Amino acid sequence: MDQLNFDIDFEMKDVAAVGRGLLDSIAGITEVPDGAFNIRADGRSIGRAQTKAVEIVTKKDKPGIDIFIKPGTTGEKVYIPVILTEPGLQDLVYNDFYIGEASTVEIIAGCGIHNDGCGESRHDGIHTFHVEKNAHVKYVERHYGEGGGEGTNVMNPTTVVNLGKNAYMEMETTQIKGVDSTERVTRGVLEDGAQLVVNEKIMTHGVQYATTDFVVEMNGDGSSANVVSRSVAKDNSRQQFTADLRGNARCHGHSECDAIIMDNAVVSSLPQITANSVDAELIHEAAIGKIAGEQLEKLMSLGLTEAEAEAKIIDGFLK
Amino acid sequence: MLKLVDIEFSANTETGRKDILKGINLEIGDGFTVVTGPNGGGKSSLAKVISGLYKPTAGRIYLNGRDVTDMSITERAEAGISYAFQQPVRFKGLTVKDLITISAGKDISVSEACEYLSSVGLCARDYIDREVNASLSGGELKRIEIATVLARGTDFAVFDEPEAGIDLWSFHSLIKVFERMREKTSGAIMIISHQERILDIADRIVVISDGRVEREGTKAEVLPGLMYDRACPRLDGVNE
Repeated sequence: MDQLNFDIDFEMKDVAAVGRGLLDSIAGITEVPDGAFNIRADGRSIGRAQTKAVEIVTKKDKPGIDIFIKPGTTGEKVYIPVILTEPGLQDLVYNDFYIGEASTVEIIAGCGIHNDGCGESRHDGIHTFHVEKNAHVKYVERHYGEGGGEGTNVMNPTTVVNLGKNAYMEMETTQIKGVDSTERVTRGVLEDGAQLVVNEKIMTHGVQYATTDFVVEMNGDGSSANVVSRSVAKDNSRQQFTADLRGNARCHGHSECDAIIMDNAVVSSLPQITANSVDAELIHEAAIGKIAGEQLEKLMSLGLTEAEAEAKIIDGFLK
Repeated sequence: MLKLVDIEFSANTETGRKDILKGINLEIGDGFTVVTGPNGGGKSSLAKVISGLYKPTAGRIYLNGRDVTDMSITERAEAGISYAFQQPVRFKGLTVKDLITISAGKDISVSEACEYLSSVGLCARDYIDREVNASLSGGELKRIEIATVLARGTDFAVFDEPEAGIDLWSFHSLIKVFERMREKTSGAIMIISHQERILDIADRIVVISDGRVEREGTKAEVLPGLMYDRACPRLDGVNE
């Protein structure tokens, strides 16, 4: 990693304890990050640093930033977490990522909300990726909500991925807990040889609601998409999974939705595959079910209580 | 030592309430005890009653003199009973290392986990990070199941038809695992099995038929009669 150049000075001690906890939960940040970063808190940037390989520019026409990764960059990390601690705040941000040719980068995003009020705290993040040919991106996004008020925490991430020739992007998205409502939208367009891998983990409880909606257009020969969603729905929560993989060339697509349903929760899965080319190979799988009795019995026979066994199964499933 | 006193167990079936175990009295001490008998005779039910998966309708169960009858599965595990399932359970997300660690009841290193896997004939490094899911074969799952029982290190271990659902090659490997266990493991090991090669490594053999103990004794006392019965299936159907 190149030396950090601070555009907006940042020290962890400047962040209140609540905010530090959120940053740790969503991005593992406990000190100044070891890469370029932009930390957004309550609707504004509170810290930003760039490197020679990573440029971060404030948008002029709307809220958000443009992030430029220079061609040929390797081993860089970019942190762009968002935290909301002011109750009732509505935050909308547009972030565009321009990933240069043949570069390799890891981007750690995510949103944490602490809401002690009685209103709705909300973050809408629209992330658009322009990944040049032969580039390799790992994108990690974690969502987490907390707070002692009666207000709700809403997070609506939209991720648009444009993958150039032989580009690769891996998305690891996790909804940890405390998100009352989320509408997660992902769109992908893949050129020749491009690969998109998505691993999504969602946990809902209480009366929370989560929808997740993927549409991936595999336009290039040799392109592939693998979308895997695992979720746990507890209490009276509701979830809906939709995935549409469209094979428009010689390509390979696979989508899989696995859900554990508990209590009075409701889960629906709508996997769709569309072959617009005779050379498209597409598969979808979906399974929804409660924790199997024999799984609990096996772990109990190893000395765990029923509650410990259930927690272990869920933790493993969402790991 | 495990002592079963007047154990009865009945269950609802498609044809109504059925008595599965009809007054089992048995003492199982250290060494290898193989429980055999015809299909449907109550062997697997007995294993589940011992492990706590089934509650006996009547009777008492004592482990080293302690009454464990009313204990839950968890409490029996803590008391020193471990149980290898006939059909090993699959877990999406839990790795082999996770399962061995849970079995050991404490944090263990990768090399310690690998030792348990090696002892059941698995090339440990190839398996330690794999999920315990459908990507593993029946034979691999069986051996991992046995490794979980070894990691428990309890006084009393029950293996329910370890040979069920595995191929011949895996069966030969399994026999070697049990032969090694017989040499190295202290405590009481009870194996439910129909297999002659497993019967052959028994210290004691118990024959259960129609929910009752039909015969029990040392291998020398029981095995010749079983072999005769196999040649003359009209006697009890142990040849299944």
